[in-house]
Amino acid sequence: MHISTNPWVWIAAFLTLAIYSFLYKDNPFYKFAEHLFMGLAIGYGAVILWYTSIIPRLWDPLAHGTSPMRFFLFIPIFIGLLTLGIFSKKFTWVIKYPLAIYIGASAGLSVPVTLEAYIFKQVEGTILTRAMVNNWFLGISNAIMFVGVLTTLVYFFFSKEHEGFLGKSARIGIIFIMVAFGASFGYTVMARISLLIGRMQFLLHDWLGIIK
Amino acid sequence: MMVLLLLSMSFEAMDTPNDGGQSITIIGRDIPTDVKKILVFRRTEKDTVYKQVGFFSLLSMKYTDNDSIKDGEKYFYRLGVVFPESTFYYNITKPAVSTAQWFNRTRAAVLMYLILFSALVLLFIQLAKRNPEGLFIRKIPALDAIDEAIGRSTELGKPTFFVHGLMGITDAGTLAAITLLRRVAKKIAEYDTPLLVTNFDPIVMTASQETVKQAYTEAGRPDAYNEKNIIYLTYEQFGYTAGVDGLMAREKPGAIFLQGYFFAESLILAETGHAVGAIQIAGTTATVQLPFFVAACDYVLIGEELLAASSYIGREPVMLGSVKGSDWGKAVLIFIIGAYVTLGTIAGILMSTGRHTLMHIFEKLVSVF
Repeated sequence: MHISTNPWVWIAAFLTLAIYSFLYKDNPFYKFAEHLFMGLAIGYGAVILWYTSIIPRLWDPLAHGTSPMRFFLFIPIFIGLLTLGIFSKKFTWVIKYPLAIYIGASAGLSVPVTLEAYIFKQVEGTILTRAMVNNWFLGISNAIMFVGVLTTLVYFFFSKEHEGFLGKSARIGIIFIMVAFGASFGYTVMARISLLIGRMQFLLHDWLGIIK
Repeated sequence: MMVLLLLSMSFEAMDTPNDGGQSITIIGRDIPTDVKKILVFRRTEKDTVYKQVGFFSLLSMKYTDNDSIKDGEKYFYRLGVVFPESTFYYNITKPAVSTAQWFNRTRAAVLMYLILFSALVLLFIQLAKRNPEGLFIRKIPALDAIDEAIGRSTELGKPTFFVHGLMGITDAGTLAAITLLRRVAKKIAEYDTPLLVTNFDPIVMTASQETVKQAYTEAGRPDAYNEKNIIYLTYEQFGYTAGVDGLMAREKPGAIFLQGYFFAESLILAETGHAVGAIQIAGTTATVQLPFFVAACDYVLIGEELLAASSYIGREPVMLGSVKGSDWGKAVLIFIIGAYVTLGTIAGILMSTGRHTLMHIFEKLVSVF
């Protein structure tokens, strides 16, 4: 047993145990760790934003840039400043404009990407190919996937009541969804267990030196 | 023999098609198999000497030059074809000029579907504006649970929590969550129960404050609105989780709404809510996290149900039209998948009898995606 003499390891071990103490019940140690974590996260986030966004994208081009295009930066600055309207009762309404621009631009950018990344890839993945037709195992797997995709889509069809054939298809669809959830659950739990093992290794190896 | 091989080899430099500019592609043809590597050299019109910019790929038989290329400028290329015992230099005589294209033609299918989908949504929005009650959307079972959960929370004299997900205001799930929040806040204002809304994103917090304020006003209780109950915690995933968990443990809410896009914190939040005995209604479009909500919550709005639920509640033409439009978009997809699979299967059967024409047509159609 070789207990660590590094004070940072002790601090990390104390905070790990403080967070885990929540498993018993809420207590002052957890509260301390929680508030420390949140405070650090806010401070760290603000610093990261300052150095990765405001300085290189705003300050540097305006203060040291030579391109005449840099003056266009005053447009996003102005739009950004409108969000500060929330601090004034008289000018709260101005915040609607940056929000609208932000939502509109993001939606416009994300729609084609979403279509290509999810819908088209899903369609592409469901369609039979020459290889699948030639191989019986791939063929059966793809046929199951085909039924799964179609019935799942039917489950998410909201314009009709789920009755009759539509109801039965939706029922099969929800079975496929639950099977997928089960597989996803098991897979993710395994990943979480590995995180727990990582923490235990830290406590028992790095901190207490019980295990090698 | 070597001379013949060299003569048959050719390279062409051209503007990279379907891109945003600042890129030139070199394509090689009939490159001898014993070539070890090909060095790519480049010069501009003003330069007198070539500078090496990279290596030509002998796998893809092309090289894409993105190294400080300026649109509109002429670039001359020379290729150093390295054989085991000698190096041969090939000059591409025709200069290449990079330009940006307005359209990426390889994504034509996306554009077509986008136009169709947008047309359907716009059509249904117009129909919804004329007669919102005329557009049917089936009721989601979890919606009944909203009133039940708030009612139970009121009976127990406990607060209700509305926990936003980790995405910003641009996420469709977040927007749907805000619509649900309006319904929840209105009900809570009527019942006079405390409401606490936790936020991960400051802009979502601002939108939530406006939404709750409006809901309280609609319920005739603007005096009961307290903006301090709509709080920002932190922009760090597990910091947020720790904060929400702590609040749950201390305030002991009677009902918890977990709405929006969640990541790994989903089960931690849902388990804590379960441990404090709250009735929990989750809704997320994060498919990977749904199993955890299904396991730990009382009701779950699965994926698009969250969006449909907000339309069902709001009956706003834009949201109704979106749900109806996406429904018919799904119908189109079902048709496309069905047609392709049928065609592919028939093509496969015909191919096994020696007839390949339909399979070639089918593979051309598949390449559209």
